[in-house]
Amino acid sequence: MTRKRRRLLVLLASLAGLGTATGLALSAFSGSIVFFVTPTDLVAKPPADGRLVRLGGLVQQGSVVHAVVNGRPVVSFRVTDGHDSVPVSFTGILPGLFRQGQGVVVQGRLAPGGTFRAEQVLAKHDSAYMPKSVVAALKKRGLWNPNAGPPPPPATWDTMRIPKQSGG
Amino acid sequence: MELHAVSSEPAPKPTRAAGFHRFANPGRFLRLSEALLPWLAAGGILLAAVGLVWGAFFSPADWQQGQAARIMYVHVPAAWIALSGYLALAGASAASLVWRHPLADLAAAEIGPVGASFAAVCLATGSLWGRPEWGAWWVWDARLTSMLVLFFLYLGHIVLVRAFDDPIRGYRAGAVLALIGVVDLPIIHFSVVWWNTLHQGNSISLLSAPSIYISMLWPLIFATLGYSLGFAAIVLARLRAAVLERRLAFLLLAQAEQAERQSFSAAGLASL
Repeated sequence: MTRKRRRLLVLLASLAGLGTATGLALSAFSGSIVFFVTPTDLVAKPPADGRLVRLGGLVQQGSVVHAVVNGRPVVSFRVTDGHDSVPVSFTGILPGLFRQGQGVVVQGRLAPGGTFRAEQVLAKHDSAYMPKSVVAALKKRGLWNPNAGPPPPPATWDTMRIPKQSGG
Repeated sequence: MELHAVSSEPAPKPTRAAGFHRFANPGRFLRLSEALLPWLAAGGILLAAVGLVWGAFFSPADWQQGQAARIMYVHVPAAWIALSGYLALAGASAASLVWRHPLADLAAAEIGPVGASFAAVCLATGSLWGRPEWGAWWVWDARLTSMLVLFFLYLGHIVLVRAFDDPIRGYRAGAVLALIGVVDLPIIHFSVVWWNTLHQGNSISLLSAPSIYISMLWPLIFATLGYSLGFAAIVLARLRAAVLERRLAFLLLAQAEQAERQSFSAAGLASL
């Protein structure tokens, strides 16, 4: 065996060892790397009083209520994962992606009444990029109601061809 | 004597010069890269300009993000180049450790700052998009954190290869760091699959239709091709400069040694 070949084998063996070690460490940590808990988690295991948690899920359709209290915008809505839902209230300016049916991550504390008092509302993007005209066409064909949840699989709307009329 | 004996036969082919090693000859590299560089640079500028102008002015706005979605045409290719650039850095580092080739050492040292710049562009544009659309400049989710780690790996590599008086030691240490950092690449790619993250999932995958509408996908493809050629052009230009610089350093050193020898022998003669 030449020296070069030995160095190559040592290198490959070290990389394999390192990869395995990282994989094991990450799978052991995977429970604590999650960015948020779901409404089902929160209902099943309510956090200790006053503990800061992040709650993630969809903004439930028809649950968004805007109000003004002491001159500041207050919004209340429910965050759902289809199984359980949690009422949330937030005082402040909502991010651009916030809407009904959108995935959101709210950071705050669970108040004694069961309402989640959010200090920060983060809106999640669903990774679909499409112009207004495509959304209008999907709605018209009854394939997607954006207020109800994430878009249908892209194979149903991305034809991979640019339509003749300019895609508004 | 032996030289005369073999001179009648055809010159023996260097056995180790097969495959990719052929391109590791600095002289051949300089000739090849000189021919390649103008095409890569012109192609990169042209394709990136087409992609970015198309994305900024002629592609449709996103239905919910509006105009802010256009930052994707800068952000996404920068992220892809930062990742594939790191893969190239790791490849050069492996070649440097296994075959001890000086060109691989120089390549690793020259890829670092370019890749770090693309990673910085990715992080900065992502932050600018995140504030209005997510509602935060930065969050510590798995995707953003692992990308920040990649940026720091680049920075660490840049510092480490230049930290020793003996450059060879710097190249070896940098190569080890670069190879250890490779574990971050799959973590970045799969972070949005393995864990709940605020960052969206991958829009483009091998096995299903892209979830980017085609009129927004084309400019992204052009911008990505342009970024790739541009990255290759910048790295090649830096690598050519590094090879020439090293040549010059050797020549100057040899000249100085010769001058020193001459002055010594002159002094020696005088003292006799």
